[in-house]
Amino acid sequence: MENERLTFIDRMIKGKWIGKLLLTVIVLFAVWGVGNKAIHNPQLFIQQIINGLQLGFVYALIALGYTMVYGIVRLINFAHGDVFMVGAMVSYFAVGSFHLHQWPAAAFPGLPNFISLLIGTISVILLSMAICAILAVTIERIAYKPLRNAPRISALITAIGVSFFLEYFGALPFVFTPNFITYKRPYEIVTWYIKDGIHRLEAGKAPPQGGILFSNNLIIIILVTVLLLLSLTYIVQKTKIGKAMRASAYDKPTSRLMGINVDGIISITFALGAALAGAAGVLYATAYPQVFFWMGIIPGLKAFIAAVLGGIGSIPGAFVGALIMGQAEVLAAGYISTPMRDAIAFSILILVLLVRPTGIYGEPEREKA
Amino acid sequence: MTTPSTAPTKALLEIKGLTKEFGGLKAVNNFDMDIYPGELVGLIGPNGAGKTTVFNLITGIYVPTAGVIRFRDTKLIGFQPHEITQMGIARTFQNIRLFPNLTVLDNVRIAYHIHAGYGMFDAIVHNKNYDRHEKALTERAQEFLSVFNMHTRQGEIAKNLPYGEQRRLEIARALAASPQLLLLDEPAAGMNPKEVVELMDLIHFIRERFNLTILLIEHQMRVVMGICERITVMDFGEVIARGTPEAIQNDEKVIEAYLGRGAAALSQRLREKRSHVA
Amino acid sequence: MNTQRSTLIFWLVFLGFLILIQALIGTGLLSNFWATLLKIGAVMSIVSIGLNLIYGFNGQFSLGQWGFYAIGAYTAADITYRWTQLHNASGLVVVLLVVLLVSLAFFLVAKIVSRLRGLDALSAFTLYLIGLLIAAILAVMVGKGLIAPITNILNLLPAEWAIQIVFFLAVILGGCIAAEISYIFGLPVLTLGSDYFGIATLGFTIIVKVLLDNSDTLLGFTEMKGARGMVGIPKLTSWIWVAVFLIAVLVVTRNLLHSSHGRAMISVREDEIAAKAMGINVAQQKTITFVLGSFFAGLAGALYAHVNGFLHPNTFNFIKSFDPMIIVVFGGLGSVSGTVVAAFTWALVLEGLLRLVLPQGFETWRFVVYPLLLLIMMLLRPQGLFGAFEFPYLRQVLPRPFQPRELHQPPSPADEPLNNGA
Repeated sequence: MENERLTFIDRMIKGKWIGKLLLTVIVLFAVWGVGNKAIHNPQLFIQQIINGLQLGFVYALIALGYTMVYGIVRLINFAHGDVFMVGAMVSYFAVGSFHLHQWPAAAFPGLPNFISLLIGTISVILLSMAICAILAVTIERIAYKPLRNAPRISALITAIGVSFFLEYFGALPFVFTPNFITYKRPYEIVTWYIKDGIHRLEAGKAPPQGGILFSNNLIIIILVTVLLLLSLTYIVQKTKIGKAMRASAYDKPTSRLMGINVDGIISITFALGAALAGAAGVLYATAYPQVFFWMGIIPGLKAFIAAVLGGIGSIPGAFVGALIMGQAEVLAAGYISTPMRDAIAFSILILVLLVRPTGIYGEPEREKA
Repeated sequence: MTTPSTAPTKALLEIKGLTKEFGGLKAVNNFDMDIYPGELVGLIGPNGAGKTTVFNLITGIYVPTAGVIRFRDTKLIGFQPHEITQMGIARTFQNIRLFPNLTVLDNVRIAYHIHAGYGMFDAIVHNKNYDRHEKALTERAQEFLSVFNMHTRQGEIAKNLPYGEQRRLEIARALAASPQLLLLDEPAAGMNPKEVVELMDLIHFIRERFNLTILLIEHQMRVVMGICERITVMDFGEVIARGTPEAIQNDEKVIEAYLGRGAAALSQRLREKRSHVA
Repeated sequence: MNTQRSTLIFWLVFLGFLILIQALIGTGLLSNFWATLLKIGAVMSIVSIGLNLIYGFNGQFSLGQWGFYAIGAYTAADITYRWTQLHNASGLVVVLLVVLLVSLAFFLVAKIVSRLRGLDALSAFTLYLIGLLIAAILAVMVGKGLIAPITNILNLLPAEWAIQIVFFLAVILGGCIAAEISYIFGLPVLTLGSDYFGIATLGFTIIVKVLLDNSDTLLGFTEMKGARGMVGIPKLTSWIWVAVFLIAVLVVTRNLLHSSHGRAMISVREDEIAAKAMGINVAQQKTITFVLGSFFAGLAGALYAHVNGFLHPNTFNFIKSFDPMIIVVFGGLGSVSGTVVAAFTWALVLEGLLRLVLPQGFETWRFVVYPLLLLIMMLLRPQGLFGAFEFPYLRQVLPRPFQPRELHQPPSPADEPLNNGA
């Protein structure tokens, strides 16, 4: 072995110091921008974190669908955001027109109010999930399956086509209007604030100065997301279907030889992802009570960034990426620049990709010769 | 040109202490090898022994964890793969990597790109300089194909060629980059016995014709033993033996690596018996 | 020869088509509505040819084309706006200087970077960024002094001439700015794997759109009016200009693809590792293609800006950024002819025909019919309308077959290859 003296420049190049310097400057700038204001008003900062958490959990549910589908068919399913929108729409009709959330109260009048509302809400979410799952499987069968052996871009273009179709079909005057519609929640919103203990905020009253607000919505979102995430993890890790999914994601031809019905597994993956998106649609609509037919685009895009940020194809990655995305969006809007928040979200993504080219949890692409 | 091992003392390719780790796993460990001009050297070993990794290290696809590779006294480490090719090392791949949707002619013409002789601007305006060089380049490529008897198939799409032809085209393409050292990664993989014989003839032929030094990875003993002058055997990333084909064939460690310990013992006993009889 | 004749026919038909349209517009037989659509079709052809170079020929899945289109549009619009509304050449001078000084800076940084062997992409990017900032600041400082003299020089010309010259330069400069931004952006991002590259470039498009939304407040270009949309851009894009640029882009693309550089570009799409093993500088090829494709996008954007005389950030929405990708795939990846045909079809059918065919009150239906057409198209012909087919002039001609020397009876130097061909 030869001993070589490394010059300063050599060391700088080897350690990639110039690039790291740039990143450090950017990160410091962001931390300073946020931190400076956060120290001045810590309550507001915590409030922002809570809001970010609520958003992040919804994104997580959508991001999982992107990541699962990508993991198994390597397709960026651009129609996923619109499936999410359909989920919200279904719940809007279920609650607004069909009063589905009141069926337990109607069927069993003796039930305590809380329980009948709980069952009602759950049935609304389940209905949305089911319809989204059916929709996604239909889309998969009609639009993606025939293209499985075509170049990957064809399926991507059909995905975009499906997305356009869902949006513009929904926006037609006789189907629905292209307007914003106020969403009716299946349950009443209850808000608490934390200031010298937890108090309930009376309806119509302004929250006290310096109190940190949270609502039953936040609790519901977190509970539902965690529950769904746990069930998904159980399905993927423990059940036979999950094993088949992982095997198909890894190597389709071999899985087929092992007797796995790969087409069926792909449909199930689409259904699972769409069901989660459907649930996310309901939760999103209850948190931000307004529905319209382009509502899926931006959350879909954000969730997609989250999935890529976490490493597309990885389930924990999607979750972590979504939480980061939620925080980033809220903090960027609150502390840096509201109109720039989408740009900031994507800047974060690009920066992360430059440091970790396949996302946080992504496996490195190995060049094989 | 065919008597290598005697004359030159200066190695064309010199590898010392080459090591490559993939997350703690040593794919290649302390690998040494010298190749002299005009030699045909074989690199063999069981699956996963690290042979292709050595190729990827020489051609710059991987950066070694430790060690030195010198080619004509130039240190190769830190150079990009395309720069290494331009220095005079060309290679083929274990699973053929042609430009599948391009014609046979274009596959070869791409290898001439570095000697194209005209710039972007010439190309865009299609001036005299472009015309002259492009014509010369095309003719050179065609003539080159004729050496391999493929000039009649110049317009065929590479992926439509039969397997053996694809191999031949890949070797031809590598040679079009005018290398001094050619690295062949399992050229006989997937070939039937007849094609293997043709391949061995081809290797002999190109070596004579282009005055080449060749490093060959091979799985099929028949090929290695048939054409190589010197052989290096790898197992688990390390060199376990080197020498002439005859010496290698009788090397215990090699037999053990290939056939397992029991087989090694068996062959040992057989050899002893034979010597007793003699 | 046969190929020469078919090339001639191609040019006759193509030029005939362009002239016919000019005649129809000139005589007023073609309504303004259809003329605009045809211009849009040609503009989309140029963007999509750029994207086809990047994706169809070089294999880099880019969704950033629309962002560069937007950059070209706003740059050129600003130049002509300042010329016609503010009566000075400030936009022209500053952008010209920025383009020149930034290319100089890039050139110098490239020299330094090539000296520093093994510099990682992000570090190189940082150096380029520093160079870019210094050059841009310098350009603005120097430019201020040059505005008045150059305005005066241009004012010496007849006003109609001056405005056409300013417009021409604005279009070229729009392309150049897009190209320079794509160079510095592509440097680190082109190292990403294919899908990740696509997502990063999609991000670029969105970032550009958001910046344009806030162009009056954050960027300080009050005349762009941010999300309210930029008005008052002169409508200078005549059919002749569009046709000239389309022909130029077609010829450049065709010539490039038929050269060794074009083959190197394609080899990267076919197999990156094999291309490297053939001595091709893959990173360089990717950068060149990306920059050239973005240059075309910038040109097209600049032309687009002067079609309607109105720009709105929503035109550069990421949803619309799929349009060039759809056109390229629809026409056939790796087919320039297909791209041009698809671009015109797209413009005429989507905005024109569907509007006419659908009954009154059902205009919104066209976005329902459009995805359905797209779906049917993809299911029936996943390789696109043209596949890899090209029109005669654009088609790669195989050289005449080679005759080994040994076959010639008298191997004389006078033996011209003319006799061997047929």
